[in-house]
Amino acid sequence: MDRREVVLKADRLRVWYGSFLAIKDVDFQAKVGMVTALIGPSGCGKSTLLRSFNRMNDLIPSVKIGGSVEFRGRNIYDSSVDPTELRSRIGMVFQKPNPFPKSIFDNVAFGLRVNGYTGDIYEAVERSLRQAALWEEVKDRLNKSAFALSGGQQQRLCIARALAVEPEVVLMDEPASALDPIATLAIEQLIRELSRVYTIVIVTHNMQQAARVSDETAFLMVDDDRAGYLVEHGDTQQIFTNPKDERTEAYITGRFS
Amino acid sequence: MAAPPHTFDRKARFRRAQGVVFYFLFLGAVLVGIVGLVTLLVQILLQGVPWLSWHLLTDYPSRHPEQAGLRAAIFGTVWIMGLTAVLAVPIGVGAAVYLEEYAPRNWFTRILEINISNLAGVPSIVYGLLGLGLFVQIMSLGKTVLAGAMTLTLLVLPIVILASREAVRAVPSTYREAAYALGADQWQVVKGVVLPASAPGILTGTILAMSRAIGEAAPIVVISGLVYLTFVPASPLDRFTALPLQIFNWAARPQEGFRDLAAAGIIVLLVVLLSMNAVSILLRNRYQTKSEE
Repeated sequence: MDRREVVLKADRLRVWYGSFLAIKDVDFQAKVGMVTALIGPSGCGKSTLLRSFNRMNDLIPSVKIGGSVEFRGRNIYDSSVDPTELRSRIGMVFQKPNPFPKSIFDNVAFGLRVNGYTGDIYEAVERSLRQAALWEEVKDRLNKSAFALSGGQQQRLCIARALAVEPEVVLMDEPASALDPIATLAIEQLIRELSRVYTIVIVTHNMQQAARVSDETAFLMVDDDRAGYLVEHGDTQQIFTNPKDERTEAYITGRFS
Repeated sequence: MAAPPHTFDRKARFRRAQGVVFYFLFLGAVLVGIVGLVTLLVQILLQGVPWLSWHLLTDYPSRHPEQAGLRAAIFGTVWIMGLTAVLAVPIGVGAAVYLEEYAPRNWFTRILEINISNLAGVPSIVYGLLGLGLFVQIMSLGKTVLAGAMTLTLLVLPIVILASREAVRAVPSTYREAAYALGADQWQVVKGVVLPASAPGILTGTILAMSRAIGEAAPIVVISGLVYLTFVPASPLDRFTALPLQIFNWAARPQEGFRDLAAAGIIVLLVVLLSMNAVSILLRNRYQTKSEE
């Protein structure tokens, strides 16, 4: 495996919803400038794991966390960490495109404004839209509602919105699952493109997608108590061609899903 | 082939007849309401339209029905409504945002919620008496516009809160998540996402609440009690009268002319009410299309 610097590191991470253990002792690493895919069957806690990396799980009152997640060497669940500030450094793109009911411009500008961006907002919006490969399609209608865009465009807008606040890590929760194949392809190309600048963790139920876009892949499974756990984490190539664990092999060859 | 073990008494004709009967029963239920309303409107229009005139709007009350006008009542109503809106909307929306976005889900919050729902059903005369005791007497505001508006505020607050809560709850949680994920704090989420997205719904609720307030006579009777006013309020601390009160007073007079005048007053009240609603609906639609086009 690649020896790059680890940006995000989960150590024996456990997540409970009330008394239900959803994630059991997961160790995980995401390295700088790499795309790391989280794959596994439905209900194995991929999304829960992803959401514990930027403390989105905090928004659900019953959630409890055990173990630690280190971002740049610091435990993000330490009481001195402000989750609001953390989330501006670890961005997130959701499963369904969820632009605000605002103009295209205001969607991208929202994060800049709430984080007190001191530069030229217009410039930053253009830069983010270019990064998300959307600028050419929307530059003449920045003041139109984001809802006028197609699903794929909306998702790229959400990516632009996340990039605008200049995060170090971008978490993507099945970003293409609500899109058609062509829009999916555009998103995948974009992810490859973005990995030159950002560290990306992507949850996907689509194994071909994981194979296409990621450098490393982590495979999760769910035990009899419906708790998710990590089976194997390695180079994507190795996971898909020569998995060490027979459960991984069974999953990627489609023997269960 | 053996005969089936069970027989059916399908009563096809009976069931068809039953269907027809219930169709007309339900249609009748709708018509009772509509016919009642239309009859009332027609009667009021027949009675009141001949009495509509410019001086009805611009003159002060008089002992002679031909010279009596609604000037004081119209100004009073505009003052009261304006002040009620200014008080009720921020407080109501604030309470709704607290209950939906901030309040912990515990027994205390639930008690608050149940009480607000119950308050929406309390008769308006009870609010009138509360206002008389609290604002007019204990707070020594006197029988003023301010005391009246505060009383009506109490009356409509539950409606504003309930409607605003519905509107706030209808904002998809995916908007909130998106905002939080960008590093917004709770107030930024509320201000930047939740309130703009729920504004049309809140406006609708406010229209409803104001429509209720403008027609209320009972609390005004208690708080103001005046119907023979020959000046218009110049400040919130002046005395006042209002349209429903004036109409109530005219309708109760023995002279035939005043009863017709009351009908004319009702027409004026309806026009004010409908135009208020129209303005709010226009505002709401503009807001909606602006955020969705």
